[in-house]
Amino acid sequence: MILVTVGMQLGFDRLIAAMDALAPTLGLPVIAQTGKGRYTPQHMDARARIAPAEFERLVQQSCLIVSHAGIGTVLTAARFAKPIILVPRRAALGEHRNDHQLATVSQLSGRPGILVAMDEAVLPARIAEGLAVKDWSTLQSSTARQLHRALAAFIENRPL
Amino acid sequence: MKSGSTRVLAAASGGGHWEQLMLLRATLDNYDIRFATTEPAVAAQHGIESADRLPDCNQNKPLQSALCGLVALWVVLKHRPQVVISTGAAPGFFCILAGRLIGARTLWIDSVANGEQLSLCGKLSQRWAHECWTQWEHLGSDARPRYFGSVL
Repeated sequence: MILVTVGMQLGFDRLIAAMDALAPTLGLPVIAQTGKGRYTPQHMDARARIAPAEFERLVQQSCLIVSHAGIGTVLTAARFAKPIILVPRRAALGEHRNDHQLATVSQLSGRPGILVAMDEAVLPARIAEGLAVKDWSTLQSSTARQLHRALAAFIENRPL
Repeated sequence: MKSGSTRVLAAASGGGHWEQLMLLRATLDNYDIRFATTEPAVAAQHGIESADRLPDCNQNKPLQSALCGLVALWVVLKHRPQVVISTGAAPGFFCILAGRLIGARTLWIDSVANGEQLSLCGKLSQRWAHECWTQWEHLGSDARPRYFGSVL
């Protein structure tokens, strides 16, 4: 199953509509949390809000997550070692108050399990890449290794 | 828990702050670790049954904040940690303040969600915690906040 989420606070119809168009071609069920969007999906199991515990269950059951570039979803995907495709919201399209999601994807791009689709046109290619990702739970990014090392040094009162 | 190893209190609000603490668990579990959070039910989902409950609060709720400060102090006095760390938000910051009162070494790790600037509690931690770290390299400096990588 592929899980699509744009969070609960704002709509992101550009992503929802793009995934709805792709859904029949993917050969997998698609569940979508559509937030406050207006577009009504035809080919996905769409829900405006999914409660946190249920959302966590769905993440666990999914093989791929397609999401706006919200850190909360990235963290949940990381905890269950699920590949995630991030599509940044654009302020110019009225999708967020500013372009901080562009900054987020430029920083996170290339880390294990994280793929970036700068716009909906590249979604099919990214989805194919994401579905090819197998278990990456043993892959830690170099930045995560660095933080774990620094944390251990701080706790043990060693030089940082 | 390993007897004889450093006693650490790790505090975070439910949601993204807690998720980040869980991503640090592989390291935290090497010590005598205690957890405090605003949502113990979520901690239980992670197999942590003994997390202490902190009342949720923020800067717009002075009464809740005062209560949270008292509870944080109680939690810190109960565990007497040598180290207090928090990934946010305000309830975790109160644990850091309480930690300072009992002489613990304290570390604030600002949320990875704050890629534009430090959170308010992060800014306060620059002054009040022993160490204040950002998870974004471009926000890091030689003094405060420092950058030592990210949970992601």
